[in-house]
Amino acid sequence: MKILINDKETDTSVSTLAALAEELNLPAKGVAVAVGGKMVPRTEWTDAALHEGDKVIIINAACGG
Amino acid sequence: MELSLEQKRRYNRHLILDGFGKEGQLRLLQSKVLIVGAGGLGSPVALYLAASGVGTIGLVDGDMVSMTNLQRQVIHATKDVGRMKVDSAEESIRELNPDVTVVKHPVYLSEDNAADLIRQYDFVIDGSDNFATKYLVNDACVMLGKACSIGGISRYSGQLMTLVPGSACYRCLFPEPPAVKDVETCATVGVLGCIAGMLGTVQATECIKYLAGVGTLLTDTLLTFDALTMQWNRFDASRDEHCALCGQQPTITQLKEYAFQPCSKKRN
Repeated sequence: MKILINDKETDTSVSTLAALAEELNLPAKGVAVAVGGKMVPRTEWTDAALHEGDKVIIINAACGG
Repeated sequence: MELSLEQKRRYNRHLILDGFGKEGQLRLLQSKVLIVGAGGLGSPVALYLAASGVGTIGLVDGDMVSMTNLQRQVIHATKDVGRMKVDSAEESIRELNPDVTVVKHPVYLSEDNAADLIRQYDFVIDGSDNFATKYLVNDACVMLGKACSIGGISRYSGQLMTLVPGSACYRCLFPEPPAVKDVETCATVGVLGCIAGMLGTVQATECIKYLAGVGTLLTDTLLTFDALTMQWNRFDASRDEHCALCGQQPTITQLKEYAFQPCSKKRN
């Protein structure tokens, strides 16, 4: 299925956010993910189903100041 | 409290502003704001809060001004290189608005002093340059029930969120800081200087709105900004019931083990 990751169309076979995070090798800490404009807490990634056309945004925590 | 003639002129554009007025201005004048880090974010925050007439501004920073700071830390000038940042910032604030009382805390925020410092203020701005301090500000503010704005900048982008008691906290979004190997600081990857102004002025705006009681805050929201596309994005967030700090069964109940090392001790 096709989803948008950070505004780029991407093909994926996974069906949950947790599986996507694994596929993309996202770090275990310091990264947040929003789907459809809503932040999804990390504790809910396993149950967060992905659907065709979903807009996924990956946000790295920024520490500069 | 009455406004002096000079104050009526100085704050005129607030006083005539629909929804703000004398009541909003008096609230600012009676408020105390703590700015953690007199750097990239802290500079515009301090300047705008001072100009707007926030009565007391506390500055926490144990660092000195270095030449590499001047590209974005606009409260300091070339002549200030080598001075304590709190001294340099205090001077700029005094020149801008003598109404403001500046309280200098020439130390780094730590687990030992955070609660005592933050307790004295109405609103806290995190403009620090490291994760240890951001988590410390977040945790202390949640524990003490203080409102705050947490901001971060890196490369061409930035992000921020506002916390009030009961809203999602920084840990609800980012439960833990990144692994040390993944941390990118301004000193290692650079930052477009003016980003600090764009994000810092949003932090100042949030603070002023909170103090004056106008508008809707960026609570339960992460605001991100990307300079390359000039895109601002807002993401809805909600309190995570599993959050280690503000969730149903918190495991973080005291301030400890933040392990902050000042930049100056790590590199030049």
